[in-house]
Amino acid sequence: MATPSITVSETPLVLYALRRADDALILGHRLSEWCGHAPAMEEDMALANIGLDLIGQARELYAYAATAEGKANDEDTFAYLRDVRQYRNLLLCEQPNGDFARTILRQFLYSAFADAYWRAMMASTDATLAAIAAKSEKESAYHLRHSAEWVIRLGDGTEESHRRAKEAVDHLWAFTGELFHADDSDAALIADGIAVDPERLRAGWTDMVANVLATATLTQPKSGWMQKGGRSGLHSEHLGHLLSELQSLQRTFPGATW
Amino acid sequence: MTTPNVQLWEVFIRSRNGLAHKHVGSLHAADATLAMQAARDIYTRRGEGLSIWIAPSNAIVASDPAEKDMMFEPAMSKIYRHPTFYDVPDEVGHM
Repeated sequence: MATPSITVSETPLVLYALRRADDALILGHRLSEWCGHAPAMEEDMALANIGLDLIGQARELYAYAATAEGKANDEDTFAYLRDVRQYRNLLLCEQPNGDFARTILRQFLYSAFADAYWRAMMASTDATLAAIAAKSEKESAYHLRHSAEWVIRLGDGTEESHRRAKEAVDHLWAFTGELFHADDSDAALIADGIAVDPERLRAGWTDMVANVLATATLTQPKSGWMQKGGRSGLHSEHLGHLLSELQSLQRTFPGATW
Repeated sequence: MTTPNVQLWEVFIRSRNGLAHKHVGSLHAADATLAMQAARDIYTRRGEGLSIWIAPSNAIVASDPAEKDMMFEPAMSKIYRHPTFYDVPDEVGHM
């Protein structure tokens, strides 16, 4: 007997917070899947640390979405009681871990955006979002450094690590266009200075990614057709499986607590 | 899991300003940059530190345990080297 999903009143601000919260929760959950499986103990800890940073960001953003919505929802119901079509995260964040190279490339492509995004959001006219940004920027700066150093070592490492890193960047590239997505719901928030126009961040992201890939002796795929849909709830087949694990306890035993 | 060709590093953390760096453990990493990141991730997760030193383990010169009698035994009988025989004037305060 499963618990039914909640309904969410997606005002622009609620939707905006949920989209960023979902990015952080889903990517954080993906990283948690490495726990006990990473190539070395040192990296096991590093990936779990990054995952915990992201889940912490998700919690603050969910809490703010709940406040902004002003209904009965809270951070737990947002995380545990929304169906896959109600999730608003980037498709990039839900892509499976694959091998270590794919996890690192996914983290790098996301963090290169997130770090610049949070730095820009520190100037948000919304005090809560600006405060979340100030905390998150310190975390994402480290995520970017850590993943970039690994991209360089994998790309410019052995023949095998180069092959895997190349496969990863080729596979994930089509999911990077969505980083810069903004829709009508975002437009008013951008006009009010609450949100950042992601298009403003594109040049910096492109430079950062080009530099690191070049140092890593990896070829940047030609920007071509890009996947999208995550921001409006149209996900790849992977997210449903992820949620079935993430939500199984609360769906089976509603309201269960420690 | 074996980690071939991955060097061992010793990690030293300074917990507060004014204190010395203290050895906290070791880790494996391929180079100094990754070793510094791993030290941060493994040894400062609970707010333990403000500064990290790392050094390749093979750069540490260690005393030989088999020589401990020669190295350390002669100091044991020289209690006069402990500064417990001096009267410190009150005006000095904390030394």
